[in-house]
Amino acid sequence: MNSLFTRNRYRGKLIVVEGIDGSGKSTQISLLSQWLRSRGFAVAFSEWNSSPLVHETTRRGKRKEMFTPTTFSLIHATDFADRTERYILPLVRAGAIVCADRYAYTAFARDVARGVDPKWVRNLYSFAIRPNIAFYFKTPLDVALSRILGGRDALKYYEAGMDLKISRDVEESFRIFQGRIVAEYEAMSEEMGFHVIDATQSIEDQQRQMRAVVVKELGRSLKTGVLKVPVLEINGRKH
Amino acid sequence: MAESIRKTTANKLALPKPLEPYADPLPGVETTNLSGKLIVIEGPDAVGRSTQVTQLRLWLEQEGHAVLDTGMARSALAGKGIAQAKEGNTLGPVTATLYYVTDFADRLENEIIPALRAGFVVLTDRYIFSIMARAIARGEDRKWIERVCGFGLVPHSVYYLRAKVKDLVSRVVIGRGAFDYWESGMDYHFGNDMYESFVNYQTRLIRVLDRMSTRYGFIEIDAGKPPEIIFRELQRRIASLQIRKVNGAPAGVTRKAPTARKVPV
Repeated sequence: MNSLFTRNRYRGKLIVVEGIDGSGKSTQISLLSQWLRSRGFAVAFSEWNSSPLVHETTRRGKRKEMFTPTTFSLIHATDFADRTERYILPLVRAGAIVCADRYAYTAFARDVARGVDPKWVRNLYSFAIRPNIAFYFKTPLDVALSRILGGRDALKYYEAGMDLKISRDVEESFRIFQGRIVAEYEAMSEEMGFHVIDATQSIEDQQRQMRAVVVKELGRSLKTGVLKVPVLEINGRKH
Repeated sequence: MAESIRKTTANKLALPKPLEPYADPLPGVETTNLSGKLIVIEGPDAVGRSTQVTQLRLWLEQEGHAVLDTGMARSALAGKGIAQAKEGNTLGPVTATLYYVTDFADRLENEIIPALRAGFVVLTDRYIFSIMARAIARGEDRKWIERVCGFGLVPHSVYYLRAKVKDLVSRVVIGRGAFDYWESGMDYHFGNDMYESFVNYQTRLIRVLDRMSTRYGFIEIDAGKPPEIIFRELQRRIASLQIRKVNGAPAGVTRKAPTARKVPV
């Protein structure tokens, strides 16, 4: 674990959420970042697979179904590198709290579920900053699947693991592939020191637990290191 | 094999056989029964690699071999993306490295390995070594990038066109008329202007390539000699690799022959 990522020696903090689609993690990280912002902290947000530099390549590769497990893994690492170099690292150094919706663990779970060597992909991401807190939203597969399968029009090719030729039926392929991803998450949970959140609880309960973890883990350093909007003083009164 | 790469430092590696991976194999890709030859031309920027590759291709085809020539940033997947990223001003060193590795992996899986399976001679203008060298010259961790590139197949030969920096400078100035931003390592500002940065960056690159030369068993070729002399040396060395002869069992020409044969029937 210790040599897995680069240690965060900076003022800022990094909080990440992980879990399969339909686990509710995006909702939760969004609520958490709003809460931190309302407390006056400088908060930034980074989403998996969102680098403008790499976007077009990923899009074309997906549309034309050009990816192999290796190139799929590499292009996502490239995307991640761009966000790390241009956004996450400088902001953490400057003292912001960066909230990331998915992090390197997504690659560890998905790429390994695709057959990529676990050690190779861990090395690939060794330039990443180690998160201060990593939440894992533990969801029974059926619950997550019903949320996704109910709510969307069509399952995407790679998301369903169709490239692995597990099944010709998209929905079945999706179930099997997501099942493998869950197994990978579960297997690494201890190694990575995930804070496990039971995603079957109410949204409010989950959020309460997250906030408690943040206060417990970062409490003291939030008072000193992290960038905060200065409290305005007008006529000697705080606003 | 990954172990051996990690344990040895700058010394010569105990290399796997040609066409075996340096370390972790590519998942889901069959790399046994590859009958072609993999030949790499390496060297710093502006050393004259592409001139040699063009001529070697012509010669090999005249000899009756089917040739695939390939090079950096030419993949169907990532070639365009890399070119666009280089146009902007935001391409960071790790991002650039991984973009190039993506490009390489795409060409390896979709062009190089299929060509080798079909018995082609694959001539490649740069290989994982250039990707690793440009990363290491920018201060990235050698062990990290070696492991990342570990799925690369061991070539039959790596010809390293070795030159002094001052020769590269004159080639750039006389041949191209201007310094290139990336070839000058301007993303790292190795110097105050493009000339100074070019000299400092290329000096570092050559130092890294020299170390790799021992480590990976490159065949060094003095690039200070005239191109015709270099070409003859490459020809002589490639001939000694004993690529199958056309009048024997023509592995290389089978690709074009079937269509030609169909016509008279």
